[in-house]
Amino acid sequence: MEQQVSYTLDSTLDTVDHAEEKATRIATELGFGEDEVMQISMAVREGAVNAVLHGNAYAPDKKVILAFERTSQDLVITIRDQGTGIDLSTIPNPLAPENLLKTSGRGIFLMRSFMDAVEIRPSQTGTEVKMIKHVRGPSAAGKEGSQ
Amino acid sequence: MTMKASIRQVDGVAIVDCSGRITLGEGSVILRDTVRDLLSKGSKKIILNLGDVNYIDSSGIGELVSAFTTAKNQGGELKLLNLTKKVHDLLQITKLYTVFDVKDDEAAAVKAFK
Repeated sequence: MEQQVSYTLDSTLDTVDHAEEKATRIATELGFGEDEVMQISMAVREGAVNAVLHGNAYAPDKKVILAFERTSQDLVITIRDQGTGIDLSTIPNPLAPENLLKTSGRGIFLMRSFMDAVEIRPSQTGTEVKMIKHVRGPSAAGKEGSQ
Repeated sequence: MTMKASIRQVDGVAIVDCSGRITLGEGSVILRDTVRDLLSKGSKKIILNLGDVNYIDSSGIGELVSAFTTAKNQGGELKLLNLTKKVHDLLQITKLYTVFDVKDDEAAAVKAFK
């Protein structure tokens, strides 16, 4: 993968699968282990689901921007939608006893569980989710060795 | 791989052998339709065999919860069988592992119905 790559995607269910596939490929290329690749790809999938369904609400004129950036220490993934911005105060804690049997509301929780850091920046022109996974594998070691 | 579900009857218990991915879209719909179809036909004892389910997302988790509560609300009972490590870990971190009745032996799961 180049240092940075971004994709502009339609607000469709296919985008969710494509985003996951790209995350799987890039995380694998960067040398993450099998479990970490699964975590990264699932976090991206959940972010893409939120962007397509809740952000853009499948609107054909709205796009999802998916970007991957490799820094010296991290894989930084950004997902932006063009919706009206998520209200973070309305997101319930999915681990609360009264919410355990709810059929939705676990996406952001899973993203936070699987990534080292997740920042969510809502605005009136869309929501940006930035997710960071620290590089700990052979890829990072190789980079250090080359310095 | 798309999700597939096939149904067997063992001692009055409907065992749904699931394989593939239970994710937003087709996978979740297949699971939902399968469980609701069983319940509408009077099959109140249901086991979801997830041994060949290699991936599940938050929508799939929601669909498992929906299947569990739908069965319960209709006087039925639903158990999970043969969780893969990935699905097991997901149910652990979402605190759903103790909500579901999870089994790892089919015969024991069948016998466990009242």
